[in-house]
Amino acid sequence: MTATETGVHGHKRRFEVDLRTALGSVEVPSPVLTASGCSANGAELEPFVDLTAIGAVVTKSVQLRPRSGRPTPRMAETPSGMLNSIGLQGPGIDGLLSDDLPWLAERGARAFVSIAGTRVEDFAELAQRLRGVPGVLGLEVNISCPNVESRGEVFACDPVAASDVVSAVRAVADPAQPVYAKLSPDVTDIVSVARAVTDAGADGLSMINTLLGLVIDPDTMRPVLGGVTGGLSGPAIRPVALRCVWQVHQALPEAPILGMGGIRSGLDALQFVLAGASAVSVGTAVFNDPSAVARVHDELAAALAQRGFASLREAVGYAHR
Amino acid sequence: MTGDPAVMAITAALLTRPAPRAAHPPVQRVVEVAGRRPVGAYVELTLAAPEIAERAEPGQFVAFAVGGETSGLLLRRSIAIATAGDGEVSVVVSAAGPGSTWLTERQVGDTVDVVGPLGRRYPMPPRGTPALVVGGGYGSAALLGLTAALRDAGSPVLAVVGAATADRLCSVDELGALAEVVVTTDDGSAGRQGWVTDAVATVIGQVGVVYACGPMGMLRAVADAATAAGLPSYVAVEESMACGIGVCMTCVLPIVGEDGRTRFSRSCTEGPVFGGDRVRFADVGALPWDVVGADAMGVVAP
Repeated sequence: MTATETGVHGHKRRFEVDLRTALGSVEVPSPVLTASGCSANGAELEPFVDLTAIGAVVTKSVQLRPRSGRPTPRMAETPSGMLNSIGLQGPGIDGLLSDDLPWLAERGARAFVSIAGTRVEDFAELAQRLRGVPGVLGLEVNISCPNVESRGEVFACDPVAASDVVSAVRAVADPAQPVYAKLSPDVTDIVSVARAVTDAGADGLSMINTLLGLVIDPDTMRPVLGGVTGGLSGPAIRPVALRCVWQVHQALPEAPILGMGGIRSGLDALQFVLAGASAVSVGTAVFNDPSAVARVHDELAAALAQRGFASLREAVGYAHR
Repeated sequence: MTGDPAVMAITAALLTRPAPRAAHPPVQRVVEVAGRRPVGAYVELTLAAPEIAERAEPGQFVAFAVGGETSGLLLRRSIAIATAGDGEVSVVVSAAGPGSTWLTERQVGDTVDVVGPLGRRYPMPPRGTPALVVGGGYGSAALLGLTAALRDAGSPVLAVVGAATADRLCSVDELGALAEVVVTTDDGSAGRQGWVTDAVATVIGQVGVVYACGPMGMLRAVADAATAAGLPSYVAVEESMACGIGVCMTCVLPIVGEDGRTRFSRSCTEGPVFGGDRVRFADVGALPWDVVGADAMGVVAP
């Protein structure tokens, strides 16, 4: 795909780099996607981004039932990042199927649906209900949200629990829908978790989810967030994310990786590609710049062209040479 | 419906309709600062932003990126639009933290990345309805466009403008050109000593609708006074927002919907203007059991 977007800063650019990539077995025209939880279900970005030109809209994690999320305050700004304790507020699978996914499909936007649950059976039921739904490109299995009541319930912290969820999802999901497992960096050895979920049938790996963090207000001398702890995101976590992508690509070079964690510019995205990601998600940067997903696509194309790459595929994992 | 008597009672008592969606979608632009002047303890910035100016409706806001393109401050600062017209938009900024302080330091000729207009407008009353507008601190600036629109629609407008101290008042002269203004300060350094709510109590019997913008405690008191008087009220809430455009879900408040059920609604896209009788002020910062989806969080009816 060629980029001809006029950026918010007014630069007109055109590059002849083949940016097509794939999520598992499914081709997409751009390697730049939204990140789950950072673009709602896509509609609010329509004034700022051509939703059909980006790789996919990764929807906010959906659960079986409507969910209020946590009390406020839900957010604290941190150096080059933020902490959130939203708690997976959302309409539930019925709302997603009746409102959000048809809206995206009517526009020709691709949806990569993030699913979450508290039991293995929840994930499987969600995957079942998303079979054959128009516009649904694939599933991202959120086994790593830190905003749950008990950290012991974060599936991605345990290779066995993680593989149980992924194998249950892969068994019932539409065979045409690739299943990506979203991993947590808050583990001793992310490679062992990555290996467990790919052995269980994951078609790809999304990494990373937020890191568990805490901010205390020096005036009230109490934690800022209603949920006490929250998920740290933004450029502050980029080196951690990049390290995770590097380690997993090194160990499992055939596993497709959707890289994310603090990507704000095309050069940030390029680093993830060079480390082994074949696609990237832009998350918290969207709060700063609602056109960030399109801008990062353009900047990545320019960065690849400047380095002599004719295609994105040539650059995937290039730093490991 | 939950069938709960308390919820039914709230439904029956509602006086307001939800604010309408904006007529036009927002735009993101890098714009030039065309004017800057100190206003008491605040700074008023005027932006050369014709597309935002022509789309803006009273009650809407804009969201600024702060600190430059590589700033470590990632979250946008959402600020109410004071005036919009002739290709320009003005805002009044209070230097509260590093982001808003950076904004107040912008000089004429500097550029800023701004998204807007965002959110929903103040609904208009039937033509000619006498209106009360109540502003607290720099929130008074957000009432200028509304007050002009009310006057254009034949409504006589009473304004009550209050602040802790004289230097924290704003837009008093501009409002004075459009409405009869009562000024209050907590310390008596300007106008009448006391809270805006004291002044509101003395004039609320003369109007048919109430509007407010200011700190949460003031909004609650004004909304309660209006509801007690049987009047509809609309408040523009000041809730911290990470994005301003409806994607981050950080700025939610418990809001009673048209069906009588309470949802965690986004202040940026469902607000910032809410019916004063629809905001469950006492439950801000809590997760009441009857909020839609609270059961999935493990919160059960007492």
